Amino acid sequence: MQTANLLPLVLVLAVVAYGLAYMRSRAVAAPLGGIRNLKALPFYYAARAALWCAIPALIVLAVWAGFEDKVIQGIVIASLPPDTWPESAGQASLILSQISNVAAGSLNPEFLPEHITGAASLLEAMQDKSGNFKAILVVLIAVLGATFAWTRVAPHINARKNVETTLRRIFFVCAALAVLTTAGIVFSVFLETLRFFDRVPITEFLFGTSWSPQTALRIDQIGSEGAFGVIPLFTGTLLISAIALLVAVPVGLLSAIYLSEYASKRMRSTVKPVLEMLAGIPTVVYGFFAALTVAPFIRDLAAIVGLEASSQSALAAGLVMGIMIVPFVSSLSDDVISAVPQTMRDGSLALGATQSETMKKVIFPAALPGIIGGILLAASRAIGETMIVVMAAGLAANLTANPLDSVTTVTVQIATLLVGDQEFDSAKTLSAFALGMLLFIVTLLLNVLALKIVRKYREQYD
Amino acid sequence: MNTMSPSISAEADMRSKGAAVPVPDGRRKDTLMEDKPEDTVIEEGKTVGKPFTADPKFKLRNVDVSYGADRAIKNISLDIGRNEVIAFIGPSGCGKSTFLRCLNRMNDSIDICRVKGSLELDEQNIYDSKRDVVELRARVGMVFQKPNPFPKSIYDNVAYGPRIHGLANRKSELDDIVENSLRKAGLWNEAKDRLDAMATGMSGGQQQRLCIARAIAVSPEVILMDEPCSALDPIATARVEELIAEMSESYTIVIVTHSMQQAARVSNRTAYFHMGHLVEVNETDTVFTSPQHPLTESYITGRFG
Ligand SMILES: Nc1ncnc2c1ncn2[C@@H]1O[C@H](COP(=O)(O)OP(=O)(O)OP(=O)(O)O)[C@@H](O)[C@H]1O
Ligand SMILES: [Mg+2]
Repeated sequence: MQTANLLPLVLVLAVVAYGLAYMRSRAVAAPLGGIRNLKALPFYYAARAALWCAIPALIVLAVWAGFEDKVIQGIVIASLPPDTWPESAGQASLILSQISNVAAGSLNPEFLPEHITGAASLLEAMQDKSGNFKAILVVLIAVLGATFAWTRVAPHINARKNVETTLRRIFFVCAALAVLTTAGIVFSVFLETLRFFDRVPITEFLFGTSWSPQTALRIDQIGSEGAFGVIPLFTGTLLISAIALLVAVPVGLLSAIYLSEYASKRMRSTVKPVLEMLAGIPTVVYGFFAALTVAPFIRDLAAIVGLEASSQSALAAGLVMGIMIVPFVSSLSDDVISAVPQTMRDGSLALGATQSETMKKVIFPAALPGIIGGILLAASRAIGETMIVVMAAGLAANLTANPLDSVTTVTVQIATLLVGDQEFDSAKTLSAFALGMLLFIVTLLLNVLALKIVRKYREQYD
Repeated sequence: MNTMSPSISAEADMRSKGAAVPVPDGRRKDTLMEDKPEDTVIEEGKTVGKPFTADPKFKLRNVDVSYGADRAIKNISLDIGRNEVIAFIGPSGCGKSTFLRCLNRMNDSIDICRVKGSLELDEQNIYDSKRDVVELRARVGMVFQKPNPFPKSIYDNVAYGPRIHGLANRKSELDDIVENSLRKAGLWNEAKDRLDAMATGMSGGQQQRLCIARAIAVSPEVILMDEPCSALDPIATARVEELIAEMSESYTIVIVTHSMQQAARVSNRTAYFHMGHLVEVNETDTVFTSPQHPLTESYITGRFG
């Protein structure tokens, strides 16, 4: 039987175990004078039976499914006549895919050597057997587990504790999974980054002022050594993010203050969702808005005052990105400002403070940690944003602080480095990992810094 | 005025007498029904006793307050004298807080709250549309039921009001104001070494005294207190009551309280509220020894409330 079918079967068994244990606990309790004489509520006995039924069975299922293919393949390969044994891993996988294609019926066996067709029928037989064994074993374990739990439905046994402990462990596993995945991603990026630094010295990467990752495709090609200086990318990123935050923080914060302190309830309940909708617009839409409307407008405006602006500019991308991240600042700030207890406002107002004084001196400091959190979220969105920049700010890695120039950012470069067919080993491709790593470190430092600031200045209310 | 232990047991006595009628539950209800004080008809705007004084600080006439369609205060007229301590008592939900909050327009921040009638402080209309609420609240301070210090240092809490109103030109002046206020609130000895510590780290009683210090730091003329001791233990309560006695020399104090003993100990006059009506106002002694209205009598003898 397939794993995909076994899974629901185990769950059904667990539900049955739940029901049976529930009824049994009631039956056990009845002669004693009701469920109050049990150590735990019937729910806990039932839940424990379900857990006992499902968890060991699922673990066995997972282990079996994990090793099944490898083991069967080993046996199939070993069954081939010795003179046809694969010499390399590549060859082995070729043969194996041939075999499994025959077994699946998608390759016509007539034109294939006999040892392949033989192996294919062996593979089929093995898979059948394995499937049957697996099904029997899993169901057996599920039934055994449930039976065990069922026999332990007794008034003096406290099922509540078992269930609580198990649930706690399950939650822990979920949390650990999230953390481990992150750690795994970081680790693999880190390894690739090291490979990149084998090719390009780390000092050149960190302090180089020019970025042009095109390396020569042929040895005899001239002039394309490739330059991997990251500084222009980072100044580009900082420039655009700074412009975006300059727009988003004041607008977002002031609108949050308006919404939470001054607006009527009805106003708030209409404006807030509309503002939050800004965050739901796909960034590519912002991107063409920036490229087709804002950037030309800025260029024309600059021309009128006698400045030269390129048709793709950091300013255009930054402004539009700023609008995009307004809801991150405003929505979160609004929430934390509204969460400051009314007694704080009353206390301040009763001393003769105006509404804005109250805001500035009491509410805002109390809400500061949350507000910083919102700004940080917005900042990391800005730093990570790619689409708007590609469309509105260009791809040229200019080292400049002029917002009217076109610039590019770290994320845009990562995207362009990996788009299309690339050899996986070139310095060009690997540099994407180094950029990613650097970006990760920078945002991490930003977070740590912000946390420190928040700790220092927060005014905690209770 | 400041000793309290005898009166506490007095209350316990009163209440237990009321409850200890030796009849089974079902019948006791019935007997109570016969002369249920709640059934007494209250005539709107009619207040027993002496609601008016000569030369009042607050002159309140025909005050009506409603939250949306609910009338919380029904046609109340009352004078609050200069430098007197007046206690508002009455069962929960009868409108004491609502009425109190009209006196410094704290009701303004509740959208649905409407105040009608004439309310004057020193013969100036409180609800005049041209009235500066900031100035009004600087003159009429307020202390709340739950201590609500700002999450700032002790010093900054007391200095908050003076800073807003520009009461100090120099740091040393501000220091003096803070010290004086803390002294008046009886908190100086406990706080002088930790002025920079967070106010939220203090005990409940200390926090409440800090809130009082914060209120008197702007030198108000009136202090409104809404159940200032309900979150405090008897010792802290006694401390606050002492404070009220001291302050009554220079301030007008309005205190809402659920403790009849407290009202009896600290106030000169007592006002009894019932379901939005002002039923009886009189000298505190008179109210507690010979109440004129049956509702007042039932309330202070612990029949309900
Ligand atoms: N913000 C509000 N919105 C709507 N109704 C309110 C509001 N505040 C008070 N009320 C209503 O007004 C009436 C009087 O309330 P108030 O708080 O003044 O009573 P109280 O005498 O202070 O009671 P307590 O002794 O329990 O504090 C109550 O019926 C209450 O439900
Ligand atoms: Mg109240």
